[in-house]
Amino acid sequence: MKTKRYKIDVDCAVCADKMEQAAKHTPGVDEAVVNFMLLNMKVKFSDGADTQEVMNKVLENCHKVDEDCKIYF
Amino acid sequence: MNEEQKKMAVRIAVTAVITIAASVVPDSVYGGSRLLHLIPYLIAYIIIAHDVFYEALHNIMRGQVFDEKFLMAFASLGAFGLGVMKDAEYTEAIAVVLFYQVGELFEDYAVDKSRRNISELMDIRPDYANIERGGKIVKVNPDDVAVGTTIIVQPGEKIPIDGVVLDGNSSLNTVALTGESLPRDVAAGSEVISGCINMTGVLKIKTTKEFGESTVTKILELVEDASSRKSESEHFISKFARYYTPIVCFSALALAVIPPLVRMGIMGLAPEWSNWFYRALIFLVISCPCALVLCVPLTFFAGIGGAGRQGILIKGSNFMETLANARYVIMDKTGTLTKGVFEVTGVHHSKISNEKLLEYAALAESASSHPISKSLQKAHGRELDRSRVTDVQEKSGRGVIAKVDGHTVAAGNDKLMSELGIACIPCHQVGTLVHMAIDGEYAGHILISDVVKDTSREAVKEMQDNGIDCVMLTGDGRKTAEDTAKRLGITKVFSELLPEDKVAKVEEVIKFRRGKEKVLFVGDGINDAPVLSVADVGVAMGAMGSDAAIEAADVVLMDDDPLKIDKAIRISKKCMTIVKENIVFAIGIKVICLVLGALGLANIWLAIFADTGVLILAVLNAMRALFVANV
Repeated sequence: MKTKRYKIDVDCAVCADKMEQAAKHTPGVDEAVVNFMLLNMKVKFSDGADTQEVMNKVLENCHKVDEDCKIYF
Repeated sequence: MNEEQKKMAVRIAVTAVITIAASVVPDSVYGGSRLLHLIPYLIAYIIIAHDVFYEALHNIMRGQVFDEKFLMAFASLGAFGLGVMKDAEYTEAIAVVLFYQVGELFEDYAVDKSRRNISELMDIRPDYANIERGGKIVKVNPDDVAVGTTIIVQPGEKIPIDGVVLDGNSSLNTVALTGESLPRDVAAGSEVISGCINMTGVLKIKTTKEFGESTVTKILELVEDASSRKSESEHFISKFARYYTPIVCFSALALAVIPPLVRMGIMGLAPEWSNWFYRALIFLVISCPCALVLCVPLTFFAGIGGAGRQGILIKGSNFMETLANARYVIMDKTGTLTKGVFEVTGVHHSKISNEKLLEYAALAESASSHPISKSLQKAHGRELDRSRVTDVQEKSGRGVIAKVDGHTVAAGNDKLMSELGIACIPCHQVGTLVHMAIDGEYAGHILISDVVKDTSREAVKEMQDNGIDCVMLTGDGRKTAEDTAKRLGITKVFSELLPEDKVAKVEEVIKFRRGKEKVLFVGDGINDAPVLSVADVGVAMGAMGSDAAIEAADVVLMDDDPLKIDKAIRISKKCMTIVKENIVFAIGIKVICLVLGALGLANIWLAIFADTGVLILAVLNAMRALFVANV
């Protein structure tokens, strides 16, 4: 189980909440917390997940809910 | 302002100018053509609203229908449509989007600004470490410095890594870490922690930890994690927002369609479509949940930042919520209420001057490294001339006999005295006694005890004044414990406890509490770690406390000052008050405006206030949580 923190960019608190929901529901993610104030996202990956691959999916899902958001990884 | 914000400011200004200009130009200029009249407004409208439409469309295509972009696009388009139908009145349609953008810009700016303010408060991260290489000072990444390396810290620089001073004298500013504004003097041999700012002299420091293990890194990690732990209020708000927007959207739809149909079909009146449509639009403008969703986390963030500035690290907004409801504070004695180090607290029945007696005691014990001899040396306070001491015999578990200046000095407990056949005078005060005999004659005793911190009594009183029950736990003997508790004004005290007994005691109190009342435990030692995690909120003394205690704790007091316990509670209370104010204010104003809107008593301007005005006021209110120095 690995936990990583990523810097993100998002416009508003509502969008941050949407990103969190989107990230949480991505396969390979056990837990995701978006911190709007610090502009970061903490992701806990499931065992054996390829973080790079999962993060690509997370970004894709986040873009579905908020087109402007960015995740740096 | 950043680039994007500047661009938006220009768009807002241009739109405002065009709209105002278009509305003051007399109709005769257009020669009566409604199309010509429309053109300047349309240009202004496109300038200000194009991105809202783009995003709204985009979101709809992705299946995200009900969000605030959609609301705004729909509302303003509706207003524009109404404008075309009525006598070419487009100002409102533009104003809706214009003020929405002003609100967004302000929100962006305010969040950026407060984010930066708060981060600056906690900005203790050193960027480099200086090491000497070939006679020159080289800046390296602190991550690459191995344990035991000598680093150089110049005046004005932050100490990057924990270590011990090898060479140099200086004063350190520890305010970012402890909230303590008095500078701390250090010299060769002093232990220093990273994050302090070196103020006066150059220091050579031998590192004792890796950067990743150093105080500064640990604190930063704590703070980073802190705002991720969400409170009940935050969960409530994000859930609320998730249901709220669709509800308002459907209500608006209902408001636009149902009343006219009812009027037409049942009451036989004119449907007044445009009137009800206008009311629905107002609904949509009012509904934007931004203020609400932003201001709660912002308040917590500011509160955590403000508390951090005072040397109180609160590891999450959830703990702030709990702290605010603290009813019982259970404190460990040693290290929390007392300094946890032995100090000479009295010299009694001395036949010679107290100072002389202390000097003899310190000299006799000068060869020993026992904590008691250390405290004797410290109380004596001056350099000891060890050549005055000869024939030292250590009597393990009893004391020392030595020749000082030719006199036979015996320093030790009552066992040593009875062994020497010297009658000693017992002490009525609590603590460890060092009896002294000089040349076979009793010369008095020195009382050594763990001294109560300067602020402990005041801290207990403050908490009790605020309606908090203070309880003291300790592993020490009953007599010492009760004596300390009495001096501090604590009536509930449990002594002779093993770590597991402490856990049981805390659990007992937890069972005893009622309703929302919360139980705090404050401790410092490694054996407190399990108790810290059992309590509703575990508070650790950070400066002297062990790493395990700091990790297990939910709140860390960086300067070990018990007064900060009450302060942490008061900061949390202030923060929670602001959170509640903001929730009530934001939801309240919106609901009132929604009702007025449905009744036809609100116009678009009131709606804009309900959106942007509430946001501005809520953000300003949230920032109050940052100022907690005098709470």
